[in-house]
Amino acid sequence: MTSVGQSVLRKEDARLLTGQGRYVDNLGAAGMVWAYIVRSPYAHARIVGVDVSKAREADGVVAAFTGGEIEDAWPGGLPCFWPVSDDIKLVKHLPLATDRVRFVGDGVAVVVAESRAAAKDAAELVEVEYEPLPAVTDVAEAPADGAPQIHDDAPGNVAYTWSLVTGDVDKVFGDAEVTVKERYRQQRLIPAAMEPRGTLCEVSAAGDITVTTSTQGPHILRTAFTLVLGIPEAKVRVIAPDVGGAFGSKLDVYAEDVIAITLARKLGRPVKWIEERSEACVATIHGRDMIQEIELAATADGKITGVRTLLTASMGAYLQAVTPGVPLLGAWLYAGCYDVDAYDFHCTGVFTNTTPTDAYRGAGRPEATYAIERAIEALARKVGRSPVEIRRLNFIDSFPADIASGLQIDSGDYHASLDKALEVLDYDAVLAEQQKRRDAKDTKQLGIGFSTYVEMCGLAPSRILGALRYGAGGWESLSVRVLPTGTVQVMSGTTPHGQGHATTFSQIVADRLGVDVGDVEFLSGDTAVVPTGMDTYGSRSLPVGGVALYYASEKVVEKARKIAAHLLEASEDDLDFEAGRFSVKGSPDRGMTIQETAFAAWAAHNLPEGLEPGLEATFVYDPPNFSWPAGCHIAVVEVDTETGDARLHRYVAIDDVGNVINPMIVDGQVHGGIVQGIAQALWEEAVYDESGNLVTGSLLNYLVPSAAELPSFELDRTVSPSPTNPLGVKGVGETGAIASTPAVVNAVVDALSPYGVTDIDMPTTPERVWRAIEAGRG
Amino acid sequence: MIPSPFEYELADSVEQAVELLGSREGAKVLAGGHSLLPMMRLRIARPSLLVDVGRLHDLSYVREDGDRLLIGALTRYHDLANDPVLQERCGIVAHTASLIGDPQVRHRGTIGGSIAHGDPASDMPAVLLALEAELVVRGPGEERTVAAGDFFRGVFDTALGPQDVLTEIRLPALAGGWSYLKFHRRSQDWATVGVAAVRADGGARVTLTNMGATPLRAAAVEQALADGADPAAAAERAAEGTSPSSDTQGSAEYRRYLVTVLVRRALEEALS
Amino acid sequence: MLTLTDGGGVVHIAVTVNRERREAEVEPRQLLVYFLREQLGLTGTNVGCDTSSCGACTVLLDGESVKSCTVLAVQADGHDVTTIEGLADGDSLHPVQQAFHEQHALQCGYCTPGMVMAVVSFLRENPSPTEEEVRLGLEGNLCRCTGYHNIVKAVLAAAEAQR
Repeated sequence: MTSVGQSVLRKEDARLLTGQGRYVDNLGAAGMVWAYIVRSPYAHARIVGVDVSKAREADGVVAAFTGGEIEDAWPGGLPCFWPVSDDIKLVKHLPLATDRVRFVGDGVAVVVAESRAAAKDAAELVEVEYEPLPAVTDVAEAPADGAPQIHDDAPGNVAYTWSLVTGDVDKVFGDAEVTVKERYRQQRLIPAAMEPRGTLCEVSAAGDITVTTSTQGPHILRTAFTLVLGIPEAKVRVIAPDVGGAFGSKLDVYAEDVIAITLARKLGRPVKWIEERSEACVATIHGRDMIQEIELAATADGKITGVRTLLTASMGAYLQAVTPGVPLLGAWLYAGCYDVDAYDFHCTGVFTNTTPTDAYRGAGRPEATYAIERAIEALARKVGRSPVEIRRLNFIDSFPADIASGLQIDSGDYHASLDKALEVLDYDAVLAEQQKRRDAKDTKQLGIGFSTYVEMCGLAPSRILGALRYGAGGWESLSVRVLPTGTVQVMSGTTPHGQGHATTFSQIVADRLGVDVGDVEFLSGDTAVVPTGMDTYGSRSLPVGGVALYYASEKVVEKARKIAAHLLEASEDDLDFEAGRFSVKGSPDRGMTIQETAFAAWAAHNLPEGLEPGLEATFVYDPPNFSWPAGCHIAVVEVDTETGDARLHRYVAIDDVGNVINPMIVDGQVHGGIVQGIAQALWEEAVYDESGNLVTGSLLNYLVPSAAELPSFELDRTVSPSPTNPLGVKGVGETGAIASTPAVVNAVVDALSPYGVTDIDMPTTPERVWRAIEAGRG
Repeated sequence: MIPSPFEYELADSVEQAVELLGSREGAKVLAGGHSLLPMMRLRIARPSLLVDVGRLHDLSYVREDGDRLLIGALTRYHDLANDPVLQERCGIVAHTASLIGDPQVRHRGTIGGSIAHGDPASDMPAVLLALEAELVVRGPGEERTVAAGDFFRGVFDTALGPQDVLTEIRLPALAGGWSYLKFHRRSQDWATVGVAAVRADGGARVTLTNMGATPLRAAAVEQALADGADPAAAAERAAEGTSPSSDTQGSAEYRRYLVTVLVRRALEEALS
Repeated sequence: MLTLTDGGGVVHIAVTVNRERREAEVEPRQLLVYFLREQLGLTGTNVGCDTSSCGACTVLLDGESVKSCTVLAVQADGHDVTTIEGLADGDSLHPVQQAFHEQHALQCGYCTPGMVMAVVSFLRENPSPTEEEVRLGLEGNLCRCTGYHNIVKAVLAAAEAQR
């Protein structure tokens, strides 16, 4: 029986459960030294001077460098791969600043010592003289007249402008019987993967470089190191060992990797750098941070006809690898799963004196989903319809669907997931309980919030990425090799950091080849073992990599069929292939297993004329479309209307992610995503003070929630297989984070609606809830 | 993450600890370490010498002494939370101990250590103030007793001198109702605001956590109760005389509002 | 303002780690977690923060969960430490580890050693917890991958298995 569709327990677990994980900080090398980066305490300042001489003299110190002393190593600075527009300002971003620092955490010098402690001690001896400059951290203030200018070559702090317009927007809005205009704030988030970043760089006597680093993108990094440092790509090996969570934040080309390589080459010793958590809060990219203005045009009964969106998105101080593109990954989704005629999207990317932003779980799509799912409820209130009615009225309901923003949704059934969610919730009962509490003027009020989302993931068709000026393709490469003794190796260009690739991908190949899941070995995350790949982001591993694996497996089976036909003296068409065995139709005794064909392919004593020895195949898959998971999430919150405390009471999630390979793993992805989205709604916010200091600079005050703040979740699924790939799968890694935030905030607003509250900023802190109630009471 | 270097001495007795504390400028007492070590790791605190009193096991106890309860300064929060005598006779202390930090913190953190730290966001000081506890201090001179009301002087500032060691906390057994309400966003977080209420003659003693530089007595509330106000009316005066700070957990304005809600609820619980 | 003390000198300690007596010279400032990781090579215990918030470094000290980033190695002198490496009995996983596997209570695995050790300690103190007690009992351990749903299920399953 196939394991596809079964909750096969994870192969990854045994090692991780017994403390045998190979995270970067668990690794070392003979003669290794430690690097520690000296960072700017100012949000914006001119560097008057950096003196590392005292640090150089300190005990255990091997070397210390100012940015200026090693800037020759990286003439172009760190790369941005996504110059989204003609007007983009690709400002220079040096791994260590030399003349000006632009955010708290910008590196200015590095100390290398024999131990972690000695490096940290000596870093305190580096003397930096700064001349503070005025700073701006607020995305709304940065483009204003008179705001401090962060880059000389980006006037008005504008990084780029970008638009997407379809349909006759002016006419649709002119004709509209009803419009609603909302302004939302996507607060800045800190990804906070549990493992802080780290890197270990070794250089051989021959100059071969091995970088073991906590990354989602070993292949991207290998190419990037060549671009930044001018090292021949063939000399660079990048290893992503076990990576302790990432959520987009470990996709980047970070200064510290480049610095570690430079130091290791200079010093001839392995160099390790491990991020401290409070350092991670400023030195690893942030997410979100934008102002959204969204306007809906509609008929009097609530049928949406047009959507107009204006974003002002914070880039932070510099453009990291895909910073400019992140808001645009949501550009097509501001009408959500609703059928509209006209669509207008405009985004201005602006620089601020903050940690650069980049991809964080969902990257652009959570922001879009939040805006439309909040706005549609505003429209519902305006036209006097329920949140359920207004959605049903507007759902796209025939597939594939060409949407107003210009792309095509592969498949879906939005009514089905809404129906199921209402049923699981027992909506009427919850409504009755809500009414009871309202009537009783209970201190603890219930709110019910919906989010019917669709998102585009499985990044991405290369031709579309090209049209968007992204600097790489969106394909994935997978190889399958059947070894002579019958075990199977999968070489994956996409690398896991918790998603369970080893198990899911083993299930796919075991299903195609008819072997045991346990006989499949999964290899990834080392450019010497898997030289080709596009890595892990954008919920692409399964719908791009998994599909590549399907096709690679098919190629293996077809080659094995040729060998079996030859050895069984039958025609290929006369062979059945079932449960890993070829047999001659009508003579089931005449047959051979795929493992036997593998041995024959290896021995090569007797192969069909012209067939290459060996049983392996590679498939590079470029998806024809994105994948479009969708679903309905319903949050029920309980709000203490006296203290303002909002707690999640229940949470129902019905997702349609197409066919499911491993339900247990898919549910796990959904759970984690939901909590990251809930955390944005209720707890998390990166806050800068007036001088540009990050005041939520540790896990003491950046409120990553614990189990104690959350309920268990009620999950179920509907299934609309994707017609664009033979597995029928869609991505699932980000759906939870995309769906949950607006569900929770809609629920908080609903709970407070008896007080006249129609909007509240995220996170909905007790204080914000209290203020909203006070304002609503007038 | 790594503290700056310091010297370390293990004390065999309180007397020796006092002596060692006098041996160097910048010496600090180390008990469970759950107030001090976090500050040292961030290099906010840089003691020259740590005098470890953690092995003075005879300072870990809960004892009955007539109408009083005596708590050794090195008693861990975990032990306080689970102590049957304390649960029975002064439940507010056991309950509050169970709200502090998280299980790991409660397995290490000691009542004396956190009291001596003088953090205004710490829960137990307000409870001791509401109980009118006495704190026993050993220093270079005679052993002395300090009333909780005189002990807390400012942010991280207490009546303890540089050579003083807190050894015991003396509490009255409670006959009447009590409440400690801790409002925080995450379970492991410090209190945004905390309120202790203990039924007393003619009303209640009410104290506040994180409403100023020290735990505060809500004197106006106590007075209103004594004058016959009901809990709701008395609670209206909870912010009088407070000076809360503004931070990411809430503005001073919100805290001044929130405290009125919490005081009312605490009074309702303590006086019911 | 830097006030480096002469601070030199090391302290000799003897700690029983995973049933084995280990002796070492440590700097007074050596944290228990780095003593385990860097001096004893027991890298299963991870470091996730610098504010005693995340619980990734949780180990058992005399059978009770502690955050080993907030304990000095010298404080562990003469005591008994159990790390994730010492939990399984030979090849057979501890019931908590087994439950984490069966309930898919881990993804990236980084918080897992600390989470498992916290659960072992919690279930010793409360062998038959409710879901709410489990959630409160894990207040000191952060996980960014699982949303805790399956961790809570695993704790309840482990409690059942241990009864």
